[in-house]
Amino acid sequence: MNLLNLSITQLKILIEKKDIKPQELVELYIKQAKKYQGKTNAFISFDEENIIGQVKELERKLEKGFSGKLAGIPVAIKDNICTKGIRTTCASKILHNFIPPYDATVVEKLKAEGAIIFGKTNMDEFAMGSSNETSFFGPVRNPWDLERIPGGSSGGSAVTISAKQAPAALGSDTGGSIRQPAALCGVVGLKPTYGRVSRYGLIAFGSSLDQIGPFSRNIEDCALLLECISGYDVKDSTSINVDVPPYHKNLSKDIKGLKIGIPKEYFIEGVEEDIVKNIEHAISIFKDLGTEIKEISLPHSSYGIAVYYLIATAEASSNLARYDGVKYGYRAENINDLKNLYIKTKKEGFGEEVKRRIMLGTFSLASGYYDAYYKRASKVRTLIKNDFLKAFEEVDAILCPTSPTTAFKLGEKTSDPIQMYLSDIFTINVNLAGIPAISIPCGFDKKGLPIGMQIIGNYLEEQKILNLSYAFEQNVGGFKYSPFEEDKKWSSKQS
Amino acid sequence: MEFEAVIGLEVHAQLLTKSKIFCSCSTEFGATPNSQTCPVCLGLPGVLPVLNKKVVDFAIMLGLATHCTINKNSYFARKNYFYPDLPKGYQISQYELPICSNGYIIIKTKDGEKKIGITRIHMEEDAGKLIHEGAYSLVDLNRTGTPLLEIVSEPDMRTPEEAVSYLKELRQILLYLGICDGNMEEGSFRCDANISVRRKGETKFGTKTELKNINSFRFIQKALEFEIERQIDIIESGGTIIQETRLFDSSKGITLPMRSKEEAHDYRYFPEPDLMPIFLDDSYIKEIKNKLPELPYEKRQRFMKSYNLPEYDVEILTTDRSLADFYESCVKLYNNPKTISNFVMTEVQKELNERKCSITDTKLKPEHIAEIFKLLDENKLNYNSAKALLPKVIETGKNPSLLMEEMGLIQISDTDQLKTIIQEVLKQNKKELKEYLSGKEKLFAFFIGQVMKKTSGKANPKILQELLKDMLSKISIDDVDNLYTKK
Repeated sequence: MNLLNLSITQLKILIEKKDIKPQELVELYIKQAKKYQGKTNAFISFDEENIIGQVKELERKLEKGFSGKLAGIPVAIKDNICTKGIRTTCASKILHNFIPPYDATVVEKLKAEGAIIFGKTNMDEFAMGSSNETSFFGPVRNPWDLERIPGGSSGGSAVTISAKQAPAALGSDTGGSIRQPAALCGVVGLKPTYGRVSRYGLIAFGSSLDQIGPFSRNIEDCALLLECISGYDVKDSTSINVDVPPYHKNLSKDIKGLKIGIPKEYFIEGVEEDIVKNIEHAISIFKDLGTEIKEISLPHSSYGIAVYYLIATAEASSNLARYDGVKYGYRAENINDLKNLYIKTKKEGFGEEVKRRIMLGTFSLASGYYDAYYKRASKVRTLIKNDFLKAFEEVDAILCPTSPTTAFKLGEKTSDPIQMYLSDIFTINVNLAGIPAISIPCGFDKKGLPIGMQIIGNYLEEQKILNLSYAFEQNVGGFKYSPFEEDKKWSSKQS
Repeated sequence: MEFEAVIGLEVHAQLLTKSKIFCSCSTEFGATPNSQTCPVCLGLPGVLPVLNKKVVDFAIMLGLATHCTINKNSYFARKNYFYPDLPKGYQISQYELPICSNGYIIIKTKDGEKKIGITRIHMEEDAGKLIHEGAYSLVDLNRTGTPLLEIVSEPDMRTPEEAVSYLKELRQILLYLGICDGNMEEGSFRCDANISVRRKGETKFGTKTELKNINSFRFIQKALEFEIERQIDIIESGGTIIQETRLFDSSKGITLPMRSKEEAHDYRYFPEPDLMPIFLDDSYIKEIKNKLPELPYEKRQRFMKSYNLPEYDVEILTTDRSLADFYESCVKLYNNPKTISNFVMTEVQKELNERKCSITDTKLKPEHIAEIFKLLDENKLNYNSAKALLPKVIETGKNPSLLMEEMGLIQISDTDQLKTIIQEVLKQNKKELKEYLSGKEKLFAFFIGQVMKKTSGKANPKILQELLKDMLSKISIDDVDNLYTKK
């Protein structure tokens, strides 16, 4: 039995039955993570000693009767989520040496369930990007084709799943940063309802849009991870004070009678043919599963990108102001006055894309422009949100592609920011509305690259989109999430 | 040509909450630099603010006390600017919708009472402090996140005196509410002034300047006087006022330019996404309203009416809420408002001033004051002895009757005893006695003084006066040399 091929829900049972020891599992994954790091560059920080230390402590606790929903499961963490004592860089030079003195709430929660914090994953700098090419620590490569990007910004986290460098991972999603890389890497990624998961300890990009969510190989794992990280947090005033349902236990294939909306605006020109075909096939499967398919309209969809790049950048320009070289992080050298300390630190510490967005946001908030840009964008945001609310009066969920393209080549879009921004055209509106959405694999294009399908739910209806995904997954016989050869060998051995 | 000034004030009042506005760090003043900090107030990456509810309560209290509209829906905004004492690169404040607006307070001016409008009151966090040492500037972030209320007035004041009167009234309201200690030196009550001048009768405002960093009532008066003078001089010599921010230099008593309008920050305000909007319901506001103490203005009106005291007395007695309470308790026990007022205003106040403390910091109780007056009425104590007794009561909290005996302050009212002492005094001061008898009647007081000295001030003054007058009238100038010997 190759443990690398088991889902975390399967591993959990083996650990609980004491069939395997957590240390054994973790050491196996350490080997795998290191083996593929050179190829994928999925990790920014990977402290083996620290990981072994965690496992040993956990084993001591297990002996004393500790039990947790994730006991012994390695979980890779996106490098914009603070981990106490472990460097957290946001893939930026400006935080290249920042070691948080505290854990993000999600990290505390994972630890409380016995999870092993398994390295910090690569990402676009400050989560600003859709290809993972803006990282100060170099781009991440897609395991399905190492010449291609994995998507972003949580590219590293998506890749750890696809390359089996970790069995589970957390990412963050501001405009599609979990769902788009999940789609491009052929794995499952979920962005919860805004406020479902505490943002405390998530280094802010667009505060009103950011949300932490899980990456996994299958829906069961996704449900379990979501259950473990969700919940009200007194440290996050924007978190929702509503009980967390047992998503995992409540998983059900019974989706008969549910209504799925297909937004006509989402099958626009520019969506790759293979993607359209696969989505249409998926729709037919859902029909077979007893759901009702209905065409719906989200009339303000096309404004999403414009609204997003005003609001997210405005918030970012303020959120990133604190990186000034005074207290922590990178500080420019040989400076003798305050103004130059600020200018040089920021100039040298931030990458191109981050600087572009800080400037965009600064303009959108500037006096004289505020009403025309930020304020107007906020109003259109409400219209976009209302589109969804109206749609959910008629349907239970909305289905569409996650991304208009499959994974593109490294460098293909770096010189054309607008083209890059369009990668998130189907995901962005979900963040603007604050609703949950999941991306699940739904086939491959002619080049053999994974295609993702997005299922969008109403506020706090994560269970519904998980159940729809679960029914689909079971119907298609599970997802093929990893391209690696040795696994194929293993699966043939198994059969 | 006569000019008038137009003055509007912005006050920052530090609130007396135990913890900061967005985290649980202590707000205590004077701790070791950076010892009262946590990831939240340090603005570390990834942290989020959580609003201290007490701050909202305090803001509502001040809003109600200044006749403001309490906005049931308000929200925080970010004010963006760069400075090393501002760790997040923005200050969390309120902008478009503050918690309170459209109020007023009534102040005293030389022409009577005047209403000064309050434009708005909003909540915000304080910044840290820079300490400049040689070639280095050090950052102390203990103060970062201390809750502030910013109180913005309408440009309703016309003279420096009115401005000071407004500030004193506002400070007193804050003290009465117990939400700010009003300490100007430590910066818990800070003031910026917007000021312009115009020719009398003109209705349009002139170009204003903003004066920053004025930390005492005296300095405010001086800074405004200087600035009015400066602006009038410029206008009279045909110049124009530049809109700018000026700093008051207290050592020279002048204001100096700090930054011009062109250099003014664009704060890029926008709603704070990390905090939810504040929704208040009527019952919540009402609950706070019901708990409000009597405010200075109302208290003063009541004191004048129910105790029939002159305005001067009322002013002094109500400076401090605890002193006013003390006074009222005294009157309840000894119903002679004016007598008590005189004693509290002079003798008690003098002792408090010497000790630089408030009445509640001492062991003095209203019962003590009532007891002292009872002893005075019963002729057991004279006023001088009462004055001597007071500090001891304040220090020990002991019963005045007991202390009076311990200190031997019981009044001598026994006529025989007093007669003997008077005789001694007259014999010992023959020269003065002769002068008195020759018509220098002013020396009567001298003899009283001598007797008082001999009795350590314990002689009953009324009886002493009568006795002395009587005895002197029986002496002829020829008897002086053999006074009281022949008998």
